[in-house]
Amino acid sequence: MKRHLISAADLSRDDALLVLDTAEELAQIADRSIKKLPTLRGRTVVNLFYEDSTRTRISFEAAAKRLSADVINFSAKGSSVSKGESLKDTALTLEAMGADAVVIRHGASGAPHRLAGWVRGSVINAGDGTHEHPTQALLDAFTMRRRLGDLEGRKVTIVGDVLHSRVARSNVLLLNTLGADVTLVAPPTLLPVAVDSWPCSVSYDLDAVLPKSDVVMMLRVQRERMNAAYFPTVREYSRRYGLDAERLAKLPEHAIVMHPGPMNRGVEIAAEVADSPRSTITEQVANGVSARMAVLYLLLGGSEPAIGAEVPA
Amino acid sequence: MNAAFRPAEPAAPRPAEGADGDAGHKAVLEAPDIRRALTRIAHEILERTKGAEDVVLLGIQTRGVTLARRLAARLEEVEGRPVPWGSLDVTMHRDDLRMRPARALGRTDLPAGGIDDRVVVLVDDVLFSGRTVRAALDALNDLGRPRAVQLAILVDRGHRELPIRADYVGKNLPTSKRETVRVLLAENDGRDAVLLGPAASPPPGPARRPAADRGAGR
Repeated sequence: MKRHLISAADLSRDDALLVLDTAEELAQIADRSIKKLPTLRGRTVVNLFYEDSTRTRISFEAAAKRLSADVINFSAKGSSVSKGESLKDTALTLEAMGADAVVIRHGASGAPHRLAGWVRGSVINAGDGTHEHPTQALLDAFTMRRRLGDLEGRKVTIVGDVLHSRVARSNVLLLNTLGADVTLVAPPTLLPVAVDSWPCSVSYDLDAVLPKSDVVMMLRVQRERMNAAYFPTVREYSRRYGLDAERLAKLPEHAIVMHPGPMNRGVEIAAEVADSPRSTITEQVANGVSARMAVLYLLLGGSEPAIGAEVPA
Repeated sequence: MNAAFRPAEPAAPRPAEGADGDAGHKAVLEAPDIRRALTRIAHEILERTKGAEDVVLLGIQTRGVTLARRLAARLEEVEGRPVPWGSLDVTMHRDDLRMRPARALGRTDLPAGGIDDRVVVLVDDVLFSGRTVRAALDALNDLGRPRAVQLAILVDRGHRELPIRADYVGKNLPTSKRETVRVLLAENDGRDAVLLGPAASPPPGPARRPAADRGAGR
């Protein structure tokens, strides 16, 4: 049976906890002198990146290599995509090479779902358009759990450009599965139309929400996806929704500050906040490798995947 | 529970038909037998390693860890100083990973001093095909370079598929390949016993998750 990780909603609570527990064990590998396990020897993982990425691509590559999988990196730049090859034809090429898993990042929401119907391997969504980025949500949950313990009942505030954020959607779904309470804070123009159907609450007043938050996750203002005026000026956005030192002081003692990266320092997050000890931003990057190793192991390690959802062909 | 009824010195193997629901399972070792076997192994380790100076005990998940902890306590009793012990999860090194669904991982915890230049004694409950021990040797390879590796086992049931033997054996238990051997330990299962049973209902192979059947299946 073939299973994929396309949406954070593909993970049941048990699945999600299994990934987090597995990541916890795999995180030890990073402290050893030999950072390698033979688990995925002879399996092929293709990284199919149609959009620019530093963190996610390197993280997936490191994760697959630490598990001894063969990694083929494909980026749209410098490939036949610039000659007009379609996603389906690219997928069929990969299929012919026998990929056991395809990690895909694509600018179009839904591309991983389509791909899942064309290839034999498991598809892992590494970010599709403004839809989802489930492994980011897993590494965020992993980071929160390592700092704060069990997520049940924890208050997580996600601030900023929710409309264009695949990270926000995946986090809302996964954190809801894990029992946390999520509040979105954003200007009304940067919230999706159907946000009232999401399992979370919404606020427009950051200062009111901060004192009750265990976690504040700042989202990047995605100017490359903005083709309209969503707020008057960057300065005004920053003043109302940016996290500066003054706002940081309003958080409870134990609360942490997260950012999926890349950051716009001085826009959604002040430099001094990003570099403060309560910021988990570099931890998130390190944890990303462990979380992705866990996903790859659980999807490819056994006779059949232990997590994920099926996609009807 | 039937331990309460027995005299301090139980005679040779008695047919203790699984008193608590393990229908068809025969207890071949009871709590006192296990206790004596571990004490003897502890003394053998001390003798062979000349006082267990550099010894590190590493239990293989799950029941091997319990046994390693108990052995470490015995060694400390005799020698009067703590003997480092830890746990080893070999899941990622198993050669049958691809024959079953991916399993949850156990914890690998090395004692503070590491294993470089130490005498590592691997501890497990049942020695059967030898494949778990091979996986453990592979796992050790990535963790350091011990001066020597030895193997302590509570029950050796035979049927090796690899050239592996134990240095310390609690009990040699001749079995047929189709029988199952289950080790129960108080910390994991509520009581101490080694049960010998008829062939497990699903033949070894596909999809059975719990690590508890490792001694039986492999």
